Amino acid sequence: MDPVIDLVGVGQTFLSSDRSAVVALQDVDLSLRKHEFVSLIGPSGCGKSTILRLIAGLLMPSCGRVSMFGQTVTEPRDEIGVVFQRPTLLPWLDVMGNVLFPMRHKYGRIDDRDRARATDLLAMVGLTEFARKRPSELSGGMQQRVSIARSLLHDPDILLMDEPFSALDALTRDEMSFELLRIWGERPKTVVFVTHSIQEAVLLSDRIVVMSARPGRVSQIVEVPLARPRGLSTLSDPIFLALADEIRARVFSRKPV
Amino acid sequence: MTPLHSLLTRFVSLWAFLVVLVIWEVGCRVLKVPVFVLPAPSAILASTQELEPARWLEHLLATVQVALLGFAVAIVLAFSIAVGITRSPLLSRTLMPWLVVIQSTPIVAIAPIIVVTLGAGILPRVVITTLISFFPLVISTATGLASVPPELLELSRSLRATRTREYWQIRLPYAVPYIFSALKVAITLSVIGAVVAEFVAAERGLGYLILFTTSTFKIPMAFAALTLLVASSLLLYGLIVWLHRRCFPWSL
Repeated sequence: MDPVIDLVGVGQTFLSSDRSAVVALQDVDLSLRKHEFVSLIGPSGCGKSTILRLIAGLLMPSCGRVSMFGQTVTEPRDEIGVVFQRPTLLPWLDVMGNVLFPMRHKYGRIDDRDRARATDLLAMVGLTEFARKRPSELSGGMQQRVSIARSLLHDPDILLMDEPFSALDALTRDEMSFELLRIWGERPKTVVFVTHSIQEAVLLSDRIVVMSARPGRVSQIVEVPLARPRGLSTLSDPIFLALADEIRARVFSRKPV
Repeated sequence: MTPLHSLLTRFVSLWAFLVVLVIWEVGCRVLKVPVFVLPAPSAILASTQELEPARWLEHLLATVQVALLGFAVAIVLAFSIAVGITRSPLLSRTLMPWLVVIQSTPIVAIAPIIVVTLGAGILPRVVITTLISFFPLVISTATGLASVPPELLELSRSLRATRTREYWQIRLPYAVPYIFSALKVAITLSVIGAVVAEFVAAERGLGYLILFTTSTFKIPMAFAALTLLVASSLLLYGLIVWLHRRCFPWSL
């Protein structure tokens, strides 16, 4: 089957503030299959978020090629939904308004179909009775659920998530991981998930892309052979624990001591 | 808490104001302060009888009109400049030095020049008011427009929304708290601007009245005009606060 997203020999060079060139990414080859859940993990500055922005079409690669469904990415495409580290909801809109925001922002108006979809999505993330509340009245976890619902409004094939749970407390974080597994089970999508948490990556992913920094490159791609559906019991599965240890060793062995 | 205690704490600023008035009145009488040095509150109140209410209203409205017109022009001007400098770094680098020059020029000093250039009438007064009040609006609005979380701008770009919608649906609402704190400063500056303009050239208005009455040693009446000026300034300020609460409660 053709890959949904394909990065071939992708490199990204930025100009730093003192005008010297900084290589953020070098020779990145990565193919993502349909409805695959892939995590990017690695130290700060390894270019995880840069890969996300390249796939989103927010950034053009300095060299190499990023393609989606066989076409080169030259601008942001409709097949993409994005979830950021912070929920970044609009404080002047209620929860429903925030979920509907992408459509209103893109087309200037919303129709009954959008409203019906937004209602479904709010039910899916368990926030139906909060539809008329303002973001400031919600907890951090609830706000992030709203932002996930917002990213799914136009039913994108690809979901890009940039450390979506890292601003949450540890308990909420675990809860949100299971929540995401459930949502992904209900609406299968190709997910690219950037994270700093090894446990999160192993629990959620089909494959884990381990990256190294300066210059950012893919050091290894690890398959996760854990059966789905996964749940709380997965966390004590010997395969889970062994894999988490293995990846931890790989991530840390790259670090200069 | 006793009812008396709650009454005391509830209107504490009003009581403080009344206490100051009483001390002022008693002090003037006991120390026999000459009326041209500091008139007692009772003398100030009595002086209001020297002018018909219709004339007072005429002076008041003249000042408020200039202040509000200058304020309105300042808002339009400041918004356009703020959008311009957030959209284009080049425009920002070109305009900012000029804005700082205008802000650091004492408007009081160039007010007479403006009057000579633009002639008599309301135009020079509005221009002077605008010049005094628009700078904080430009800076705050521009800061507000740029205060949007970068993720939201990326979201906007990823949706391929137009720049116009980015401004109307994301940047401007985000700037609302900044804009309102600047509006509070600007409205009081507008009243100051109107008075400065009237000091230079006017035939009516509270600023004109203060200038005219002090030149004829009618100090109590100058104080009465001043009181009216402060009251209208407070009222306009209160109006902005009310508008903010009323229309944008989420940004408080």
